[in-house]
Amino acid sequence: MTGPHPASPADRPAWDLRACYRRGELSPSEVVDGVLRRIEAVEPQVRAYLYLDADAARREAAQWDRAAGAEDAPPLAGVPVALKDNLCTRGVPTTAGSRVLAGFRPPYDATVVTRLRRAGAIVLGKTNCDEFAMGSSTENSAFGPTRNPWDPDRVPGGSSGGSAAAVAAGEATLALGSDTGGSIREPGAFCGVVGLKPTYGRVSRYGLIAFASSLDQIGPFARDVRDAALLLREIAGRDPADATSAGVEVPDYPALLTGRVAGLRLGVVREFLQDGLDPGVAGAVGEAIRALERSGARRVDVSLPHAPYALPAYYIVAPAEASSNLARYAGVLYGHRTTRAADLIGMYARTRDEGFGAEVKRRIMLGTYALSAGYYDAFYLRAQRVRELIRREFAQALESVDVLVGPVAPTPAFPLGERVEDPLEMYLADVFTVPLNLAGLPGVSVPCGFAGDLPVGLQIAGRAFDEATVLNTAYALERALPAPGRRPRVVTAAERRSSPA
Amino acid sequence: MSGSAAAAALYETVIGLEVHVQLSTRSKMFCGCACAFGAPPNTLTCPVCLGLPGSLPVLNRAAVELGVRAALVLNCTVRPDSRFHRKNYYYPDIPKNYQISQYQYTGHPPLATDGVLALEAGGVTRRVGIRRVHLEEDTGKLVHAGGRSLVDYNRSGTPLMEIVSEPDLRSAEEARLFLTRLRAVLQYAGVTTGRMEEGTLRCDANVSLRDPGGPHGTRTEIKNMNSLRSVERALRFEEARQRDLLAGGAAVVQETRHWDEARGLTFSSREKEEAQDYRYFPEPDLLPVRVDAAWIERIRKDIPELPEARRRRYVETYGLPEHDAGLLTETRPMAEFFEATVQLGGHPRTVANWLVGDVAAYMNAAGVEIEQIAVRPAALAGLLALVDRGTISGRSAKEVLEEMLRTGRAADEIVRERGLVQISDTDELIRLVDAAIAENPGPVGDVKAGKDRAVTFLVGQVMKKSRGRANPEMVNRLLRDRIGAP
Amino acid sequence: MSEDRPPAPPMIDAATVAHVARLSRLELTPDERRLFQAQLGSILESFQQLATLDLGDVPAAVPGDPAAGVMRDDVPVASLSREDALANAPETADGYVVVPPVIEDDGSRAP
Repeated sequence: MTGPHPASPADRPAWDLRACYRRGELSPSEVVDGVLRRIEAVEPQVRAYLYLDADAARREAAQWDRAAGAEDAPPLAGVPVALKDNLCTRGVPTTAGSRVLAGFRPPYDATVVTRLRRAGAIVLGKTNCDEFAMGSSTENSAFGPTRNPWDPDRVPGGSSGGSAAAVAAGEATLALGSDTGGSIREPGAFCGVVGLKPTYGRVSRYGLIAFASSLDQIGPFARDVRDAALLLREIAGRDPADATSAGVEVPDYPALLTGRVAGLRLGVVREFLQDGLDPGVAGAVGEAIRALERSGARRVDVSLPHAPYALPAYYIVAPAEASSNLARYAGVLYGHRTTRAADLIGMYARTRDEGFGAEVKRRIMLGTYALSAGYYDAFYLRAQRVRELIRREFAQALESVDVLVGPVAPTPAFPLGERVEDPLEMYLADVFTVPLNLAGLPGVSVPCGFAGDLPVGLQIAGRAFDEATVLNTAYALERALPAPGRRPRVVTAAERRSSPA
Repeated sequence: MSGSAAAAALYETVIGLEVHVQLSTRSKMFCGCACAFGAPPNTLTCPVCLGLPGSLPVLNRAAVELGVRAALVLNCTVRPDSRFHRKNYYYPDIPKNYQISQYQYTGHPPLATDGVLALEAGGVTRRVGIRRVHLEEDTGKLVHAGGRSLVDYNRSGTPLMEIVSEPDLRSAEEARLFLTRLRAVLQYAGVTTGRMEEGTLRCDANVSLRDPGGPHGTRTEIKNMNSLRSVERALRFEEARQRDLLAGGAAVVQETRHWDEARGLTFSSREKEEAQDYRYFPEPDLLPVRVDAAWIERIRKDIPELPEARRRRYVETYGLPEHDAGLLTETRPMAEFFEATVQLGGHPRTVANWLVGDVAAYMNAAGVEIEQIAVRPAALAGLLALVDRGTISGRSAKEVLEEMLRTGRAADEIVRERGLVQISDTDELIRLVDAAIAENPGPVGDVKAGKDRAVTFLVGQVMKKSRGRANPEMVNRLLRDRIGAP
Repeated sequence: MSEDRPPAPPMIDAATVAHVARLSRLELTPDERRLFQAQLGSILESFQQLATLDLGDVPAAVPGDPAAGVMRDDVPVASLSREDALANAPETADGYVVVPPVIEDDGSRAP
């Protein structure tokens, strides 16, 4: 899906900007200026950002104007990026979408942020997300939802809705999100951008505000696969500050994008194509698989009989770990502290009650229950064993195929407010994405068509630490599908004002 | 405290100890902050030990090595694959509101299990079982002041090792002995400084009574014992308290009790037992700790010389009596002080005598440890050299040492100030000796007649004349010469 | 979820909700408690399918590359300045973090 060269620098991919810098055709200041103007125009509608420092961005861009085009410039020099607000940024407000962290300014940068800065990226600001990354629509943000750039009455997906929307709307060239149960892939699909969840341990979690420690991973949002590969290469790799980060070497992902998939074995998961799938989604996914076959890939039907158990297992393990990770938000050392308590127990309880939204409370309750005396074996332990079963099943399947493909979500972006009242209904959005988190495997969502006017994503999953194959398959799909010719049509503030009431 | 002798003989005391020691690492358990005592509040912290959002723990390799070392000197089985767990509870001094520790349940052993520590008690060797050894992080410090609570996180994240004994101890005295021995062994192994007054060694106890050989009785947990002496006193009190209860037909309540040093009693601490659901689960931020056989061997080779070996060496190499060697090796700092002094020229037996004699007496009276006394090995060696050269007498040295210990002043200074330099000048001594001979014809005659006691008397006279400053050995010799004694 | 089965009794009762809320240090309103009781009940019910699954001898998952297991050398590094460490604290005094005292039910302070 490589369309005609977009006019505005706000819509160009990073690899293109880098080439323009080297050729002297564009400067970082021009680009940042273009992006900031886009933000000004569409933010009232999209509301992707929680924090934006335009002046700082301009200053940084100015510093890169001369050096960004140099021979030895770092790989992301002068490229504007946005960061999900659960990533710690030194001295800059970081809320994780929650009132309980209102006013919190971390005294340190997350490792991925350090690496991005070292690569020359310009951090524009922090994007909106579901509170503590818990949600599939960004409606659980304490600061109001982000809207899908393709349709303002629909959700952008979640929990990394702000980052996905920003990239889709040209409000950032690249963005980082986090994925615990689908929080990069699902908003990527809903917003028509590329979103990748790496293998567990591929990217350091140091500085990522934890939701579920054994499931969280940070990953890239980009407009095309090459950009995603570029961003992944810059953030991946062993970190001495994260004991779960793997010592596996980081390949040069962009260099490995050949687009050749002749002989590639495409595993189509039977359990993921069962009823309940939106016909538009089913159609686009089917088309995408056929396009890959036409490019030389070989379709293999596979069965993962325990895949349907992934959702309940996930909704025990993740809340359990979260209930422990969120215990620290109690008004002692940072964030909100209630003014209405005279003693310690009261302070804890009221601070947390005031600071947390309903979904977070619900998951903390669920998680505490699953770990409590008498229930640990039946819930947490059992769910972890089911998880191991699923991991083995996926690993085994990936011995006879190279990648697994299927839909990212059962539907395209749903309307705002449709599912907020029914948690179980909301959880179902994750049914295809959570298995990869449980199994620790990499997965990408790559735009593969439309259901009506709404984008659809194809999920491509691979073996542990084989992001190269996953990305290359997505790259091949990009080239095989016809260009959409459509960009999200974000209603600008001016248009708003002039339209009939 | 009533209870007939018959009632007292009825019950067997069963004690188990839970000991926490701070490991002698330079940095904390899960982060690079330094471990230091007495720094200004909240100056030794970082995102990890403050539990800031987004922080992650990374295990200190040295903490594992010291843990394994302790396990080896306690004869435990080291587990090749142990995990950390989260112990979830809310308190201001644990920043994450969970503590990273190691839990023990089926299929999940901690770092080490099934050890034994031998005690010498009254000529009998008692073997006390060690149930487990595990690692965990320490909490910050909470102080209560003026109607609110203040928290200092400097200590948060300090590496701790918990050692749990089997309930094999049968008396308060035995418990104290166990603790003393455990401390010595761990100090020697370089695992911990083990100072209760600094909090680097803490102890809780579980106490119950039972019919000898019968099933275990209800036990109480005793906390807040801050010295070896407290441990013995507290356990003796608790044992008697339970005995009285049972003798009176009442039941012992399972509870936690605090020791009150000032009032000399234990009291119930009103802790809500039902609130303590710690919801343990394996720590997802840390992978299993892999300790393979090769690593264990390397650690074993690094273990410093242990008490028994050192004691044997003192007896064999220095020719010290068993008893003295035993006292000198009771703590590693004492043994090191001894060896340092010997290195600086002191004669081993002389140094030993002074250490187990005058220095030990001072330490006991002042209630201090060898590391805290004002006299260091060099100063002691210097003093002993003065005696050796004959500059001062042995008796003067005692006086000088007392002043040195009290004020920390140098021996030279004190000797000069008090004019304690011995008279060793022959001419001067001859003058004094001749004077004493002239003044005491009777005793002189006795000496000529072979009565040795008279020599002593005359030496005494010379010492009086010289106000104690004459060199007694020289005086003795000169007297005999001048008198022409046989 | 099949519609023709009669609704099962709630898996979680009010006392349990109160207990779990206390363990979680969440002060819920009566409305919140009722809402969570119902919602948690139905969520837990949907997890019943896990209870009957035959797991053989499959152990609990241990996520993470086994070869990882990063450890640190015992070398002290610079700590945060006290200013940075306490910058976000709601209340401090003389370099300490201030919290309200713990009051026991009988009105005494915890030791």
